[in-house]
Amino acid sequence: MAHDLRPAHGGEGPPLPTARGHVSAAVEEYLRGTGPPPRQQDVVGTAVYGDDLQLALYLCYELHYRGFAGVSEAHEWDPDLLRVRAALEHRFLTALRADAPTHDSVEDALADLLVEPVDGTGVSHYLCAEGELWQLREYAAQRSLYHLKEADPHAWVLPRLWGRAKSGMAAVEFDEYGGGRPERVHARLFADLMTDLGLDTTYGRYLDAASAQALATVNLMSLLGLHRALRGALVGHFAAVEITSSPASRRLAEAMRRTGAGPAAEHFYDEHVEADAVHEQVVRHDVIGGLLAEEPHLAPDVAFGIDVTGHLEDRLADRLLGAWRAGRSSLRTPLRSEMPLTF
Amino acid sequence: MPNSPSDEPRRIKVQRQGPLLVEGPVEVELEDGTIVTSDRFRVAVCTCRRSRRYPWCDTSHRDRAKDR
Repeated sequence: MAHDLRPAHGGEGPPLPTARGHVSAAVEEYLRGTGPPPRQQDVVGTAVYGDDLQLALYLCYELHYRGFAGVSEAHEWDPDLLRVRAALEHRFLTALRADAPTHDSVEDALADLLVEPVDGTGVSHYLCAEGELWQLREYAAQRSLYHLKEADPHAWVLPRLWGRAKSGMAAVEFDEYGGGRPERVHARLFADLMTDLGLDTTYGRYLDAASAQALATVNLMSLLGLHRALRGALVGHFAAVEITSSPASRRLAEAMRRTGAGPAAEHFYDEHVEADAVHEQVVRHDVIGGLLAEEPHLAPDVAFGIDVTGHLEDRLADRLLGAWRAGRSSLRTPLRSEMPLTF
Repeated sequence: MPNSPSDEPRRIKVQRQGPLLVEGPVEVELEDGTIVTSDRFRVAVCTCRRSRRYPWCDTSHRDRAKDR
Protein backbone atom coordinates (compact mmCIF):
# COMPACT_ATOMS: atom_id res chain seq x y z
CA MET A 1 0.00 0.00 0.00
CA ALA A 2 1.22 3.46 -0.90
CA HIS A 3 0.70 4.92 2.55
CA ASP A 4 2.72 2.26 4.34
CA LEU A 5 5.46 3.89 6.38
CA ARG A 6 7.40 0.66 6.48
CA PRO A 7 6.98 -2.80 5.06
CA ALA A 8 3.56 -4.23 5.89
CA HIS A 9 3.93 -5.76 9.28
CA GLY A 10 1.58 -8.35 10.65
CA GLY A 11 1.47 -6.98 14.22
CA GLU A 12 2.48 -9.09 17.18
CA GLY A 13 -0.76 -8.33 19.03
CA PRO A 14 -3.38 -10.80 20.25
CA PRO A 15 -5.46 -12.86 17.79
CA LEU A 16 -8.64 -11.25 16.49
CA PRO A 17 -11.55 -12.15 18.79
CA THR A 18 -14.70 -13.97 17.77
CA ALA A 19 -17.10 -11.63 15.94
CA ARG A 20 -20.38 -10.78 17.71
CA GLY A 21 -22.55 -9.90 14.72
CA HIS A 22 -22.36 -8.81 11.10
CA VAL A 23 -20.70 -5.41 11.72
CA SER A 24 -17.84 -6.75 13.85
CA ALA A 25 -17.54 -9.72 11.44
CA ALA A 26 -17.17 -7.35 8.49
CA VAL A 27 -14.55 -5.27 10.34
CA GLU A 28 -12.57 -8.45 11.03
CA GLU A 29 -12.83 -9.63 7.41
CA TYR A 30 -11.57 -6.24 6.28
CA LEU A 31 -8.69 -6.36 8.78
CA ARG A 32 -7.75 -9.81 7.48
CA GLY A 33 -7.99 -8.55 3.90
CA THR A 34 -10.74 -11.00 3.02
CA GLY A 35 -13.75 -8.70 2.59
CA PRO A 36 -15.09 -5.14 2.34
CA PRO A 37 -15.64 -2.96 5.41
CA PRO A 38 -19.17 -2.87 6.87
CA ARG A 39 -21.70 -0.73 5.05
CA GLN A 40 -23.12 2.46 6.51
CA GLN A 41 -26.64 0.98 6.74
CA ASP A 42 -25.34 -1.99 8.75
CA VAL A 43 -23.79 0.38 11.29
CA VAL A 44 -27.03 2.37 11.54
CA GLY A 45 -29.12 -0.74 12.16
CA THR A 46 -27.07 -2.17 15.06
CA ALA A 47 -27.92 -1.77 18.77
CA VAL A 48 -25.63 0.99 20.04
CA TYR A 49 -24.74 -0.55 23.42
CA GLY A 50 -24.83 -4.09 22.01
CA ASP A 51 -22.01 -6.60 21.59
CA ASP A 52 -21.69 -6.19 17.83
CA LEU A 53 -21.26 -2.41 17.69
CA GLN A 54 -19.13 -2.19 20.81
CA LEU A 55 -16.77 -4.92 19.58
CA ALA A 56 -16.53 -3.33 16.10
CA LEU A 57 -15.57 -0.02 17.69
CA TYR A 58 -13.15 -1.75 20.07
CA LEU A 59 -11.42 -3.43 17.11
CA CYS A 60 -11.01 -0.07 15.35
CA TYR A 61 -9.55 1.54 18.46
CA GLU A 62 -7.24 -1.33 19.33
CA LEU A 63 -5.27 -0.63 16.14
CA HIS A 64 -4.02 2.51 17.93
CA TYR A 65 -2.75 0.48 20.91
CA ARG A 66 -1.30 -2.92 20.09
CA GLY A 67 -3.16 -4.07 16.98
CA PHE A 68 -3.89 -7.72 16.25
CA ALA A 69 -1.83 -10.65 15.08
CA GLY A 70 -1.80 -10.92 11.32
CA VAL A 71 -3.36 -7.46 10.82
CA SER A 72 -1.25 -4.92 8.95
CA GLU A 73 -0.23 -1.96 11.09
CA ALA A 74 -1.13 0.28 8.15
CA HIS A 75 -4.83 -0.32 8.96
CA GLU A 76 -4.51 2.18 11.83
CA TRP A 77 -4.83 5.05 9.32
CA ASP A 78 -6.84 3.28 6.60
CA PRO A 79 -9.33 5.88 5.30
CA ASP A 80 -12.10 3.34 4.64
CA LEU A 81 -11.79 1.93 8.14
CA LEU A 82 -11.64 5.41 9.67
CA ARG A 83 -14.92 6.17 7.86
CA VAL A 84 -16.48 3.11 9.51
CA ARG A 85 -15.06 4.14 12.88
CA ALA A 86 -16.50 7.62 12.50
CA ALA A 87 -19.96 6.14 11.82
CA LEU A 88 -19.66 3.89 14.89
CA GLU A 89 -18.45 6.79 17.02
CA HIS A 90 -21.32 8.97 15.83
CA ARG A 91 -23.84 6.35 16.97
CA PHE A 92 -22.07 5.88 20.31
CA LEU A 93 -21.58 9.56 21.10
CA THR A 94 -25.13 10.48 20.08
CA ALA A 95 -26.52 7.81 22.42
CA LEU A 96 -24.24 8.91 25.25
CA ARG A 97 -25.27 12.53 24.93
CA ALA A 98 -28.94 11.50 24.98
CA ASP A 99 -28.72 8.93 27.79
CA ALA A 100 -26.17 10.24 30.32
CA PRO A 101 -27.57 12.24 33.21
CA THR A 102 -26.60 15.89 32.92
CA HIS A 103 -25.43 18.28 35.58
CA ASP A 104 -25.64 21.99 34.88
CA SER A 105 -22.11 22.69 36.07
CA VAL A 106 -18.79 20.99 36.67
CA GLU A 107 -19.10 21.82 40.39
CA ASP A 108 -22.45 20.04 40.65
CA ALA A 109 -21.19 17.01 38.72
CA LEU A 110 -18.12 16.76 40.98
CA ALA A 111 -20.12 17.36 44.16
CA ASP A 112 -22.18 14.22 43.58
CA LEU A 113 -19.00 12.14 43.21
CA LEU A 114 -17.44 13.59 46.34
CA VAL A 115 -20.15 12.12 48.56
CA GLU A 116 -19.35 8.68 49.93
CA PRO A 117 -22.54 7.17 51.36
CA VAL A 118 -22.14 4.60 54.12
CA ASP A 119 -24.72 2.32 52.50
CA GLY A 120 -23.38 2.37 48.93
CA THR A 121 -24.54 -0.38 46.60
CA GLY A 122 -21.94 -0.54 43.81
CA VAL A 123 -19.78 -3.40 42.60
CA SER A 124 -16.97 -2.62 45.05
CA HIS A 125 -19.45 -2.61 47.96
CA TYR A 126 -20.78 -5.99 46.84
CA LEU A 127 -17.34 -7.53 46.39
CA CYS A 128 -16.17 -6.11 49.71
CA ALA A 129 -19.14 -7.48 51.65
CA GLU A 130 -19.79 -10.83 49.99
CA GLY A 131 -17.71 -11.24 46.84
CA GLU A 132 -16.38 -14.73 46.21
CA LEU A 133 -13.07 -15.53 44.57
CA TRP A 134 -14.71 -16.53 41.27
CA GLN A 135 -16.42 -13.14 41.15
CA LEU A 136 -13.15 -11.31 41.84
CA ARG A 137 -11.58 -13.26 38.98
CA GLU A 138 -14.41 -12.27 36.66
CA TYR A 139 -14.11 -8.66 37.75
CA ALA A 140 -10.37 -8.68 37.04
CA ALA A 141 -10.89 -10.35 33.65
CA GLN A 142 -13.45 -7.72 32.61
CA ARG A 143 -11.30 -4.85 33.88
CA SER A 144 -8.12 -6.26 32.33
CA LEU A 145 -9.15 -4.71 29.01
CA TYR A 146 -8.38 -1.34 30.56
CA HIS A 147 -5.91 -2.06 33.32
CA LEU A 148 -3.42 -3.83 31.04
CA LYS A 149 -3.20 -0.52 29.19
CA GLU A 150 -3.89 1.61 32.25
CA ALA A 151 -3.46 5.37 31.63
CA ASP A 152 -2.74 4.87 27.91
CA PRO A 153 -6.04 6.29 26.57
CA HIS A 154 -5.55 9.41 28.70
CA ALA A 155 -1.99 10.06 27.53
CA TRP A 156 -3.39 11.25 24.19
CA VAL A 157 -4.80 14.36 25.83
CA LEU A 158 -1.37 15.71 26.83
CA PRO A 159 -0.58 17.59 23.59
CA ARG A 160 -4.05 19.19 23.79
CA LEU A 161 -3.42 20.78 27.20
CA TRP A 162 -1.25 23.72 28.28
CA GLY A 163 0.41 25.07 31.40
CA ARG A 164 -1.08 23.98 34.72
CA ALA A 165 -3.43 21.44 33.14
CA LYS A 166 -0.62 19.83 31.15
CA SER A 167 1.85 19.64 34.03
CA GLY A 168 -0.82 18.22 36.36
CA MET A 169 -1.93 15.62 33.83
CA ALA A 170 1.66 14.67 32.99
CA ALA A 171 2.50 14.28 36.70
CA VAL A 172 -0.45 11.92 37.27
CA GLU A 173 0.37 9.93 34.13
CA PHE A 174 4.01 9.65 35.23
CA ASP A 175 2.75 8.20 38.51
CA GLU A 176 0.49 5.76 36.60
CA TYR A 177 3.54 4.73 34.58
CA GLY A 178 5.49 3.89 37.71
CA GLY A 179 7.36 7.18 38.26
CA GLY A 180 10.30 5.91 36.21
CA ARG A 181 10.31 2.43 37.72
CA PRO A 182 9.08 -0.29 35.34
CA GLU A 183 8.15 -2.62 38.19
CA ARG A 184 5.72 0.03 39.46
CA VAL A 185 3.87 0.67 36.17
CA HIS A 186 0.22 0.24 37.12
CA ALA A 187 -0.45 -2.06 34.16
CA ARG A 188 2.35 -4.27 35.51
CA LEU A 189 0.87 -4.20 39.02
CA PHE A 190 -2.43 -5.32 37.50
CA ALA A 191 -0.74 -8.18 35.65
CA ASP A 192 0.69 -9.26 39.02
CA LEU A 193 -2.83 -9.13 40.48
CA MET A 194 -4.05 -11.33 37.62
CA THR A 195 -1.31 -13.86 38.34
CA ASP A 196 -2.42 -14.02 41.99
CA LEU A 197 -5.96 -14.70 40.77
CA GLY A 198 -4.82 -17.46 38.43
CA LEU A 199 -5.59 -15.44 35.30
CA ASP A 200 -3.61 -15.27 32.05
CA THR A 201 -1.82 -11.90 31.82
CA THR A 202 -1.48 -11.99 28.02
CA TYR A 203 -2.70 -8.72 26.51
CA GLY A 204 -6.14 -9.19 24.94
CA ARG A 205 -6.62 -12.65 26.46
CA TYR A 206 -10.08 -11.83 27.91
CA LEU A 207 -11.47 -9.78 25.03
CA ASP A 208 -13.79 -12.64 24.01
CA ALA A 209 -14.96 -13.02 27.60
CA ALA A 210 -15.64 -9.33 28.24
CA SER A 211 -19.23 -8.13 28.11
CA ALA A 212 -20.44 -5.31 25.86
CA GLN A 213 -20.79 -3.12 28.96
CA ALA A 214 -17.09 -3.60 29.76
CA LEU A 215 -16.10 -2.85 26.15
CA ALA A 216 -18.16 0.35 26.27
CA THR A 217 -16.23 1.70 29.27
CA VAL A 218 -12.94 1.24 27.42
CA ASN A 219 -14.35 2.53 24.12
CA LEU A 220 -15.36 5.72 25.93
CA MET A 221 -11.75 6.35 26.99
CA SER A 222 -10.45 5.77 23.47
CA LEU A 223 -13.16 7.96 21.95
CA LEU A 224 -12.41 10.86 24.28
CA GLY A 225 -8.64 10.37 24.13
CA LEU A 226 -8.33 10.22 20.36
CA HIS A 227 -10.40 13.31 19.58
CA ARG A 228 -8.92 16.70 20.43
CA ALA A 229 -12.44 18.15 20.16
CA LEU A 230 -13.39 15.98 23.16
CA ARG A 231 -10.46 17.03 25.40
CA GLY A 232 -12.81 18.63 27.93
CA ALA A 233 -14.80 15.41 28.22
CA LEU A 234 -11.59 13.35 28.52
CA VAL A 235 -10.47 15.49 31.44
CA GLY A 236 -13.90 15.20 33.08
CA HIS A 237 -13.87 11.44 32.55
CA PHE A 238 -10.40 11.14 34.07
CA ALA A 239 -11.48 13.18 37.09
CA ALA A 240 -14.48 10.90 37.61
CA VAL A 241 -12.25 7.81 37.49
CA GLU A 242 -9.70 9.24 39.93
CA ILE A 243 -12.31 10.60 42.37
CA THR A 244 -14.24 7.35 42.60
CA SER A 245 -11.18 5.09 42.58
CA SER A 246 -9.75 5.66 46.06
CA PRO A 247 -12.72 4.55 48.20
CA ALA A 248 -13.61 1.79 45.73
CA SER A 249 -10.01 0.54 45.80
CA ARG A 250 -10.14 0.35 49.61
CA ARG A 251 -13.18 -1.93 49.34
CA LEU A 252 -11.61 -4.05 46.59
CA ALA A 253 -8.37 -4.41 48.58
CA GLU A 254 -10.52 -5.60 51.50
CA ALA A 255 -12.25 -8.12 49.20
CA MET A 256 -8.84 -9.43 48.06
CA ARG A 257 -7.69 -9.76 51.68
CA ARG A 258 -10.86 -11.48 52.83
CA THR A 259 -10.74 -14.06 50.03
CA GLY A 260 -7.00 -14.63 50.36
CA ALA A 261 -6.45 -13.66 46.73
CA GLY A 262 -2.77 -12.94 47.32
CA PRO A 263 -0.32 -10.14 48.11
CA ALA A 264 -0.09 -8.66 44.59
CA ALA A 265 -3.88 -8.62 44.30
CA GLU A 266 -4.10 -6.70 47.57
CA HIS A 267 -1.22 -4.41 46.62
CA PHE A 268 -2.78 -3.24 43.34
CA TYR A 269 -5.82 -1.82 45.13
CA ASP A 270 -3.91 -0.71 48.25
CA GLU A 271 -1.62 1.35 46.00
CA HIS A 272 -4.66 2.96 44.35
CA VAL A 273 -6.17 4.04 47.68
CA GLU A 274 -3.31 6.44 48.40
CA ALA A 275 -2.25 7.23 44.82
CA ASP A 276 -5.73 8.18 43.69
CA ALA A 277 -6.43 10.27 46.81
CA VAL A 278 -3.56 12.43 45.50
CA HIS A 279 -4.49 12.14 41.80
CA GLU A 280 -8.03 13.28 42.58
CA GLN A 281 -6.67 16.51 44.09
CA VAL A 282 -4.31 17.17 41.20
CA VAL A 283 -6.93 16.43 38.56
CA ARG A 284 -9.59 18.62 40.19
CA HIS A 285 -7.38 21.60 41.05
CA ASP A 286 -4.74 21.59 38.33
CA VAL A 287 -6.11 19.68 35.35
CA ILE A 288 -9.77 20.75 35.41
CA GLY A 289 -8.96 24.09 37.04
CA GLY A 290 -6.13 24.79 34.61
CA LEU A 291 -8.09 23.72 31.53
CA LEU A 292 -11.13 25.82 32.42
CA ALA A 293 -8.95 28.84 33.21
CA GLU A 294 -7.58 28.59 29.66
CA GLU A 295 -10.74 27.40 27.93
CA PRO A 296 -13.81 28.22 30.04
CA HIS A 297 -16.14 27.33 27.16
CA LEU A 298 -15.24 23.65 27.73
CA ALA A 299 -17.07 23.49 31.09
CA PRO A 300 -20.15 21.69 29.66
CA ASP A 301 -17.83 19.11 28.03
CA VAL A 302 -16.02 18.51 31.34
CA ALA A 303 -19.39 17.95 33.05
CA PHE A 304 -20.42 15.61 30.21
CA GLY A 305 -17.20 13.59 30.67
CA ILE A 306 -17.96 13.18 34.38
CA ASP A 307 -21.60 12.25 33.82
CA VAL A 308 -21.05 9.86 30.92
CA THR A 309 -18.46 7.92 32.93
CA GLY A 310 -21.00 7.28 35.67
CA HIS A 311 -23.58 6.31 33.06
CA LEU A 312 -21.41 3.57 31.52
CA GLU A 313 -20.06 2.39 34.89
CA ASP A 314 -23.66 1.99 36.10
CA ARG A 315 -24.47 -0.14 33.07
CA LEU A 316 -21.45 -2.36 33.77
CA ALA A 317 -22.42 -2.60 37.45
CA ASP A 318 -25.94 -3.72 36.47
CA ARG A 319 -24.46 -6.42 34.26
CA LEU A 320 -22.04 -7.69 36.91
CA LEU A 321 -24.39 -7.56 39.90
CA GLY A 322 -27.36 -8.85 37.90
CA ALA A 323 -25.40 -11.94 36.91
CA TRP A 324 -23.72 -12.54 40.27
CA ARG A 325 -26.88 -12.12 42.35
CA ALA A 326 -28.49 -14.75 40.13
CA GLY A 327 -25.47 -17.03 40.67
CA ARG A 328 -24.47 -16.70 37.01
CA SER A 329 -21.23 -15.72 35.30
CA SER A 330 -20.99 -12.10 34.12
CA LEU A 331 -18.69 -13.15 31.27
CA ARG A 332 -19.54 -14.23 27.74
CA THR A 333 -17.20 -17.20 27.93
CA PRO A 334 -16.31 -18.97 31.18
CA LEU A 335 -12.87 -18.58 32.74
CA ARG A 336 -10.56 -21.50 32.76
CA SER A 337 -8.45 -21.87 35.82
CA GLU A 338 -4.78 -21.37 35.00
CA MET A 339 -3.97 -22.95 38.33
CA PRO A 340 -5.89 -25.06 40.80
CA LEU A 341 -8.23 -22.93 42.88
CA THR A 342 -10.54 -24.04 45.61
CA PHE A 343 -14.06 -22.67 45.48
CA MET B 1 23.09 26.62 42.30
CA PRO B 2 21.04 29.72 43.13
CA ASN B 3 17.33 29.64 42.44
CA SER B 4 17.23 25.87 42.17
CA PRO B 5 13.86 24.48 43.26
CA SER B 6 15.37 23.18 46.48
CA ASP B 7 16.22 26.74 47.59
CA GLU B 8 12.64 27.90 47.28
CA PRO B 9 10.24 27.63 50.20
CA ARG B 10 8.11 24.51 49.97
CA ARG B 11 4.52 25.48 49.31
CA ILE B 12 1.75 23.61 51.12
CA LYS B 13 -1.78 23.89 49.81
CA VAL B 14 -4.47 23.95 52.50
CA GLN B 15 -8.18 23.40 51.97
CA ARG B 16 -11.22 23.87 54.17
CA GLN B 17 -12.13 20.27 53.55
CA GLY B 18 -9.52 17.81 52.37
CA PRO B 19 -5.85 17.00 52.88
CA LEU B 20 -2.79 19.24 52.99
CA LEU B 21 -1.05 18.97 49.64
CA VAL B 22 2.73 19.12 49.65
CA GLU B 23 5.34 18.33 47.04
CA GLY B 24 7.02 14.99 47.74
CA PRO B 25 9.06 13.27 48.91
CA VAL B 26 7.92 13.91 52.47
CA GLU B 27 8.84 12.64 55.92
CA VAL B 28 6.22 12.89 58.64
CA GLU B 29 7.04 12.45 62.32
CA LEU B 30 4.10 10.97 64.19
CA GLU B 31 3.22 11.65 67.83
CA ASP B 32 5.09 8.58 69.04
CA GLY B 33 8.24 9.65 67.20
CA THR B 34 7.83 7.22 64.33
CA ILE B 35 9.00 8.61 60.98
CA VAL B 36 6.99 7.67 57.89
CA THR B 37 7.94 8.67 54.37
CA SER B 38 6.14 9.08 51.07
CA ASP B 39 7.99 9.48 47.77
CA ARG B 40 4.97 10.46 45.67
CA PHE B 41 5.36 13.54 43.46
CA ARG B 42 2.70 15.15 45.58
CA VAL B 43 1.61 13.95 48.96
CA ALA B 44 -1.85 14.35 50.49
CA VAL B 45 -1.56 14.58 54.28
CA CYS B 46 -4.73 13.79 56.23
CA THR B 47 -6.17 16.63 58.31
CA CYS B 48 -9.53 15.09 59.31
CA ARG B 49 -7.84 12.27 61.26
CA ARG B 50 -10.34 9.77 59.88
CA SER B 51 -7.87 8.18 57.46
CA ARG B 52 -7.19 4.48 57.94
CA ARG B 53 -3.76 5.20 56.49
CA TYR B 54 -2.93 8.15 58.65
CA PRO B 55 -0.99 10.39 58.06
CA TRP B 56 -1.81 9.86 54.37
CA CYS B 57 -5.19 10.86 52.96
CA ASP B 58 -7.51 8.01 51.94
CA THR B 59 -10.51 10.28 51.11
CA SER B 60 -12.22 9.49 54.42
CA HIS B 61 -12.88 13.24 54.84
CA ARG B 62 -15.69 13.00 52.31
CA ASP B 63 -19.24 13.74 53.36
CA ARG B 64 -21.42 10.67 53.94
CA ALA B 65 -24.49 12.45 52.63
CA LYS B 66 -25.06 15.34 50.30
CA ASP B 67 -25.79 18.76 51.81
CA ARG B 68 -29.21 19.79 50.65
